[in-house]
Amino acid sequence: MTALTALLVRDMRLAVRVGGGALVGVLFFLLVVAIIPFAIGPDLALLARIGPAILWLGALLASLLGLDRLIASDHEDGSLDLILAAQTPLELTMAGKALAHWLTTGLPLVVATPLLGLLLNLDPIATGAVALTLAAGTPALTFIGLVGAALTVALRRGGLLLAVLILPLTIPVLIFGVAASNAAIVGPIPFGTPFTILCALTLMSAVVGPIAAAATLRQGLD
Amino acid sequence: MDLGPHAAFIIGAYSVAILIVAALIAWVLIDQRRQRQLLSDLEARGITRRSERSPERHP
Amino acid sequence: MPLIDLANPSRFLTLSGRILPWLSAATLIAFAFGIAQVIGAPDDYQQGATAKIMYIHVPSAWLSMFIWGTMSIAALGTLVWRHPLADVAAKAAAPIGAALTLQCLVTGSLWGRPMWGTYWVWDGRLTSVLVLFLMYLGVLALWRTIEEPARAARAVAVLTLVGAINLPIIKFSVDWWSTLHQPSSVLRLGGPAMHPSILVPLLVMGLAFFLLFFTLHLAAMRNEIMRRRVRTLMLMQADAAAGH
Repeated sequence: MTALTALLVRDMRLAVRVGGGALVGVLFFLLVVAIIPFAIGPDLALLARIGPAILWLGALLASLLGLDRLIASDHEDGSLDLILAAQTPLELTMAGKALAHWLTTGLPLVVATPLLGLLLNLDPIATGAVALTLAAGTPALTFIGLVGAALTVALRRGGLLLAVLILPLTIPVLIFGVAASNAAIVGPIPFGTPFTILCALTLMSAVVGPIAAAATLRQGLD
Repeated sequence: MDLGPHAAFIIGAYSVAILIVAALIAWVLIDQRRQRQLLSDLEARGITRRSERSPERHP
Repeated sequence: MPLIDLANPSRFLTLSGRILPWLSAATLIAFAFGIAQVIGAPDDYQQGATAKIMYIHVPSAWLSMFIWGTMSIAALGTLVWRHPLADVAAKAAAPIGAALTLQCLVTGSLWGRPMWGTYWVWDGRLTSVLVLFLMYLGVLALWRTIEEPARAARAVAVLTLVGAINLPIIKFSVDWWSTLHQPSSVLRLGGPAMHPSILVPLLVMGLAFFLLFFTLHLAAMRNEIMRRRVRTLMLMQADAAAGH
């Protein structure tokens, strides 16, 4: 097993363990989606109308959870030094960690979407569309969040600052994710247009995120 | 000069701009004064930079 | 004179100290001309005198983006060339950029109220500037949170560059989003081709604001250099007191 695979497996194992945060993310997602009707009111038509937006916002916020621990936990127990000193390029290692994070945090959100779609009175097509856009877009959230995690790695209460730094950068993902969902539901623009842009954003962040995170770690720890 | 029916907004906008620019200028001037004060305090206590202590050495 | 000469903070202080009075004077003169132009400018056929707000709103918008560009170049200076004054330039520019972006937002809002009937409109332009403002705040927060200046500079440099890459994407996304959500007739600010009687005051005010930025930035850089010297001296003092 290569070093990269080993790191991936390790991260995933740690994430699903107690205190790892994998399933807590989904719970948070569920809670956010559940409390919004309490604020807005039980109007089913309204909920169906803004359902995709609620799901996307919930997923965005849930993705932010656990991002501050992504690199900081390695920094604390010393494994970050090992990672930095390893043969594997740091950019690849960062990408690997992001992938592990997405598999344990982002993907469960996508899986949970159909259930939550029921709560928001979304029909199957709508739910499917939202789930598909989340599947395409949540990796972008993780890769962008990776940069924030690297920037705030040594800070004690970096979580909030991380959100402050990252949220503006995730706005395009949010815009196109919701737009694609709505396009599938009501049109008039074809689903493909915003969806391909969303995919492009994810691919771009998959490159920029690990590079920026690696650059940060190299600069910041000497 | 007749500013028309929305004069209040025009004056408001220009006032805000003047305020912000004034605040920036004030920040720069106050910060300058403070740093100069701190530097002269430190110098008075005999704590200076190496290059200022030995003028024959060039940075 | 080669750039490397400016790399020495002491040289920079000497040189900038000589330039600063001239820059300040130039700024004042430019503003004097600008205000005169603004007062003499004709009213817009649709908006009346309210269009005069444009003469401060648009230059603020230009500067909000230009200053992020300045910070980005400084960021490259920090990360790639390790130019010693790059950190200083970046840190000094951030508050000025944030303030001018805020000015853009507020003047835009005050322009919007008589024009669109509401203080805030989620149109492409204002929304993009709002996001830019939030990003400035993030940079300011990061400067304050990391104590050691060199480390802070490097972290902020990465964030600035990532932000710079994202800015066109954000602008594009927000523009796209706003056309999606709003019915067509968004007021064209100033029209597609500006008549000289409106363009000239705008350019003069633009020049004035740019000169203002250069002046403030230079002065703020000098302050930052002094601040770092104070910090170094205090650390030396603490070291001496601890008996090193």
